[in-house]
Amino acid sequence: MGSGVQDRPMIELRHVYKWFGAQAVLSDVSLAVARGGRVVVCGPSGAGKSTMIRCINRLEDHQQGEIFVDGMELTADVKQIEAIRREVGMVFQQFNLFPHLTVLENLTLAPIRVRRMSRREAEDLAMLHLERVRIPEQAGKYPAQLSGGQQQRVAIARALCMKPQVMLFDEPTSALDPEMIKEVLDVMLELAQSGMTMICVTHEMGFAREMADMLVFMDRGEVIETAPPDLFFTAPRNERTRLFLGQILRR
Amino acid sequence: MSVGLTRALRWTRANLFNTPLNGTLTVVIAFLLLRFLSPMIDWAVLRASLSARDDRACAAVGGACWAFIRDWFRFLIFGRYPYAQQWRPAIVLVIFVALLLASFSRRLPARRLAPAWLGGLGAVALLMRGGVLGMPYVETGLWNGLPLTLILAAGGLGASFPLALLLALGRRSSLPALRVICTCYIEAARGIPFIAWLFLMLVLLPLFLPPGLVIAKLWRAEIAFALFIAAYLAEVVRGGLQAIPRGQYEAADALGLGYAQKTLRVILPQALALTIPAQVNTFIGAFKDTALISIIGLFDVLQDTNTALNDPAWRMAYVEGYLFTGVIYFAFCYSMSLYSRGLERHLGQGRR
Ligand SMILES: Nc1ncnc2c1ncn2[C@@H]1O[C@H](COP(=O)(O)OP(=O)(O)OP(=O)(O)O)[C@@H](O)[C@H]1O
Ligand SMILES: [Mg+2]
Repeated sequence: MGSGVQDRPMIELRHVYKWFGAQAVLSDVSLAVARGGRVVVCGPSGAGKSTMIRCINRLEDHQQGEIFVDGMELTADVKQIEAIRREVGMVFQQFNLFPHLTVLENLTLAPIRVRRMSRREAEDLAMLHLERVRIPEQAGKYPAQLSGGQQQRVAIARALCMKPQVMLFDEPTSALDPEMIKEVLDVMLELAQSGMTMICVTHEMGFAREMADMLVFMDRGEVIETAPPDLFFTAPRNERTRLFLGQILRR
Repeated sequence: MSVGLTRALRWTRANLFNTPLNGTLTVVIAFLLLRFLSPMIDWAVLRASLSARDDRACAAVGGACWAFIRDWFRFLIFGRYPYAQQWRPAIVLVIFVALLLASFSRRLPARRLAPAWLGGLGAVALLMRGGVLGMPYVETGLWNGLPLTLILAAGGLGASFPLALLLALGRRSSLPALRVICTCYIEAARGIPFIAWLFLMLVLLPLFLPPGLVIAKLWRAEIAFALFIAAYLAEVVRGGLQAIPRGQYEAADALGLGYAQKTLRVILPQALALTIPAQVNTFIGAFKDTALISIIGLFDVLQDTNTALNDPAWRMAYVEGYLFTGVIYFAFCYSMSLYSRGLERHLGQGRR
C-alpha cells in the first residue's frame, strides 16, 4: 500500500446536506475521521446525530455534498453501497438482533451469505468474537432469552464478524438499564484500544473522555465544534457547546 | 379401589362443584348432554343397520343406515375409477397420508419437505395415469373421489404458496410497475367468486397456451385453483411483512445483505411464522372450496356421494352419506389445524 492510501481519511464527509421535506436535518456537515480514529458525537435531541451516522452506510441518503468511506464514494449505485456496507459495522440503540435466529446464527448469517465464508470458518470467527464480548456460553440461545446488555454485546459481535474497517454506534447504551451500561461500554473501550475506527453517538461523557480522540458537537443539523477531549471538556469555544456540556455534566 | 373412589370424589368436588354456580352449570350441562347425546347414540349406534338391503329396511329399525356406506364404500372414495385398478388410487391415498404424517411429525427436515412433496405428487400422477409398468392408462376424467380432492388440494395449495410470496413481495416492491401489476392481480382474484373464476380460467387458460397444446380440465382447474388461493394467501403474507419492525430491515442492510438474502433469511421467516394461524385459515377454507369444482364436471369426494345417493335403493340415506363425507373433510382440516398449532409452538420456542 502506498502512503497515499494510508493518509486518506477512513471516513470523509464534505459539505453534506439533507432535508426531510423543508426541514434541513444536516446542513453543511463536514467531518474527516482518520484510520483508527475514535470520534464521539454528541448534541441535543433532534440535532441530526443519528441522521449523520446513518448517512455513512446509506441507511439514509444525503442530497448534497460527498461522503467517502475508505476512498469509495457513496452514490446511488447499489453495488457500491453494498461494498461500503461490508466495511462498515453498525450497532443500534434497539439492538435489532434477528429474533428467529440463535445468537450463533445471528453472527454467522452475514459472513456466510455476504463474505462467502464456510460455515466452519464463520462459526469459529463467531465464537472468537463472542469470547471477546464475554458471552460465549450464550451461543445457542435466542435473543429474547438474553438481557439487554447481553443482546447489545451480541449485536457488537455480529457487526465485528463481518471484519469491518469502521464501526458506527448510535446511542448503544440508551436503551439499557444502568447496571448493564458498563458491560457494554467496557467492550467498546477494548475495541477502541484494538485500533478500530469508530464513530459513536453517546451521552456517556465519562466514556467519551476515555475513549475518544475527537469530540464532535452537533446542534440543529450543523457541526458546531470539533475538538480533542481535553480541550472539548475544559475549554469549549462555542457558547452552545458550553451550555450543552453544562446541562449534561450536571445530570 | 376405595382410594380411587375417594380420589374421584375429591376431584369431582374440587372441579365440578367447587362453587354454587359451577355446581349448577355441571348439573345443567349433564342434563343437556343426556338429553341430546342419548338420542344421537341411539340413532348412530344402538339402532343402526349395517346389513340392511335398502333404506326402507333401515327406516323400519329407525336408526342410521350405515349399510349404505358399506355398500357404496369404494365408490364413495374412488368414484368411477376402473374397479379392478382401484388399488392404484388406494396407494395414492397411502402416499398422501404418509406425506402428511411425515410433515406433521417433523420427521422430515424442513428443507426436504418441498422435494418430498414434489416427488410424492409425481408418483401420485404416475399411478393415477398409468400407461407405464403394465398399468393400463386411465384418463383424468375418471380420477374421482378422495384422490381427486387431495390432488387438487395438495397441488393447488403447494403451487399457490411460492406464488403468494412473490405477489406479496411484489405488492410491497419499490418498482411502481411491479407493484401495480401485483395489486391489480390480487384485487381481481379476490373480487370474483371462485366459481366464476373457475369458468373464466377454463376458457382463458387455453388462449395463453401454444395452439395444439391441450391440457386436461383437471389440470386447468388445478391452475385456476392455485391462482385463486395465491391472491388470498398473498394478503396474509403481506400482513406479516408489514408487522416486521423497520430495525430488522436496517440491521440486514447494515450487514451488507442484498435484497434476496435479506428477504429470504431475515424478513420472510419472521413474517411467515407470525401469520401461521391466518395461513392455515386460508388453507382450510381452500381445501373445502375444492368441492366447488364439481360444477365443471369433475367428480370430487362430495360429488361421489351425490352420485351414490341417486341409487334408488338408498335415496333416503343422504344424512349418512353426507356425514361420512363430512368426517373425511373434517379429518383433513383438523389435522391441518393440529399441525399449525405444533408448528407455532415449535417456532415460538423462546423467540419472543
Ligand atoms: N424519517 C424522518 N422523516 C422526517 N423527519 C425526520 C425523520 N427522521 C428524523 N427526522 C428529523 O430529523 C431531525 C434529526 O433527527 P435525528 O434522529 O438525526 O436526531 P438525533 O440527533 O439523533 O436525536 P436523538 O438524540 O433524539 O436521537 C429531527 O428533527 C427529526 O425530527
Ligand atoms: Mg438519534
